[in-house]
Amino acid sequence: MLNDDLKDLEKKAKEIRIKTIDAIGFLGVGHIGGAMSIVELLTILYYSKMHIDPKIPKMEDRDKLVLSKGHAGPALYSTLAQKGFFPVEWLHTLNQGGTKLPSHCDMNMTPGIDMTTGSLGQGLSSAIGLALAMRIDKIDRNVFAIIGDGESQEGQNWEAAMAAPQFKLNKLIAFTDYNKMQIDGYTCDIMPIDDLVEKWSAFGWSTYRVNGHNFAELDKAIDDARKSKDKPSMIIMDTIKGKGCSFAEGQLTNHNMVFTYEQAKEAIAALG
Amino acid sequence: MSDKDMREVYTDTLIELAESNDKICLMEADLMRATGTNPFKEKFPERTFNVGVAEANMVGVASGLSAGGKIPFAATFGCFAARRTFDQFFISANYAQQNVKLVGTDPGVSAGFNGGTHMPFEDIGLMRTIPKLVIFEASDTVSLKKLLPQAAEHKGSTYMRLQRKGKNTHYSESDEIILGKGNVLKEGSDVTIIATGYVMVPEAIAAAEILSEEGINATVIDMHTIKPLDKDLILKYAEKTGALVVCENHQKSCGLFAAVSELLAEERPTPVQAVAVEDLFGQVGTPAFLQGAYGLTKENIVEKTKIVLERKNG
Ligand SMILES: Cc1ncc(C[n+]2csc(CCOP(=O)(O)OP(=O)(O)O)c2C)c(N)n1
Repeated sequence: MLNDDLKDLEKKAKEIRIKTIDAIGFLGVGHIGGAMSIVELLTILYYSKMHIDPKIPKMEDRDKLVLSKGHAGPALYSTLAQKGFFPVEWLHTLNQGGTKLPSHCDMNMTPGIDMTTGSLGQGLSSAIGLALAMRIDKIDRNVFAIIGDGESQEGQNWEAAMAAPQFKLNKLIAFTDYNKMQIDGYTCDIMPIDDLVEKWSAFGWSTYRVNGHNFAELDKAIDDARKSKDKPSMIIMDTIKGKGCSFAEGQLTNHNMVFTYEQAKEAIAALG
Repeated sequence: MSDKDMREVYTDTLIELAESNDKICLMEADLMRATGTNPFKEKFPERTFNVGVAEANMVGVASGLSAGGKIPFAATFGCFAARRTFDQFFISANYAQQNVKLVGTDPGVSAGFNGGTHMPFEDIGLMRTIPKLVIFEASDTVSLKKLLPQAAEHKGSTYMRLQRKGKNTHYSESDEIILGKGNVLKEGSDVTIIATGYVMVPEAIAAAEILSEEGINATVIDMHTIKPLDKDLILKYAEKTGALVVCENHQKSCGLFAAVSELLAEERPTPVQAVAVEDLFGQVGTPAFLQGAYGLTKENIVEKTKIVLERKNG
């Protein structure tokens, strides 16, 4: 990856972070932790990897994303707004009655959202369905899916884990946001999910492990995954919950946090 | 107003129960922070099990705990308690005649900012289809404290809807509140307003006040237990007032209104109107916005009361 590209992605990621902190802060409460940990991933997908057109959100020949950990919606909304899928002003309507930006992703409300999520554990199966439909329609694109580490405790993920290799879904590229935390504490204390690389490999996936805040590593893993001939790919991202939001980063209480707009502004200022 | 939130009452009452009954266990599925049951875990770590984000497993494990002689209270958001674990609860807990106390938090509009995916308007409906299951929702802190021990005592599974936040208190400590029996909160001869749950009972009380200013005297009943339904009480007031309004923070097609209508249709046809969700999915917003959006308000109760009175007199 070229240095200039890298710098550009970093700039874009910062802008997405700022928008996300601002949107949640404006409302005063929200899922800041799990939103912050996927900002680099969303940035590289929407700015460098995905074939999309913000003017034609439903363009048939597009790459698709299922944000299975749907509570991180605000990070995706900031990304989509920044890409021009809808006006940036919408971000201040987050969760207000009548909004097009509900806390959890809704494909029938928000331009650019490809699948409705929020009930954890369902998204990977939906992504399999989307990839199968593309194959039937001879659309040679990727389906991306993002699941949480806490979410990985839902049994349905492991039913999907069996199905995708069986269906030889090489176009399916999934990510685990391994930020080591869930609501009630550290994932390793609540219900350990290790070893993720061994688990997904054993189920028949091409498996990668990267620093989820490092663009060069993400870039390489995604490009390698795209070359897969017959297997689905799982990219396990080591991330930090709350990354880049000063008062939230790494805090066990950052899942669904109450904070003031003032705090949001301070956190944004701290980003430099 | 109580000095405690509903969820604190839930936790404290379970701790009290567990102190005298070593069979009581607690289960969570990564929502302990939301349910607020950490104090129980601190007191009884060996009887507390957090399965992570795995509700179906939670109910399966709870069923096994029951088969092993324990009395597990297992909680998650109502949407997941009812929908995600339905088959496990149906088969392993109920069909197997086990003793699982399932708790669905954030009923209906109280899911608020969590939005449509998290807003159970159908949990009572699903649960009503399970033979012999006891279903209830306390409308305030006092009734919650009084109903929980009865649920623990009951031999068989129960489903409790639990509003987590809020300190509403309209009962006094000396009031008798019995699982399976409705409570008449106010007597009136013109119409009977039957309400269930934390959101709708206060709306019903407020609506009755508005109506009385207009010269309409309403009976108000808190029907905390939806199943088994207090048939005698409903029939008595159907006869006495000749008109009913049923209010619930739930889908109209399958909750308390449906249960009351089924009873009236067979036993004593009487005009009845619903204040309930009219075949709609949940959505995001503040609980107050949502109450307005779905008509779960005292104003709508007043309006429906007038309609039912026209039918009664017309
Ligand atoms: C089926 C289901 N159960 C419970 C929840 C409530 N919930 C929302 S987020 C969450 C924790 C998820 O942890 P993780 O996947 O690690 O997300 P992250 O830490 O990345 O935010 C839970 C339990 C839900 N949305 N869906």
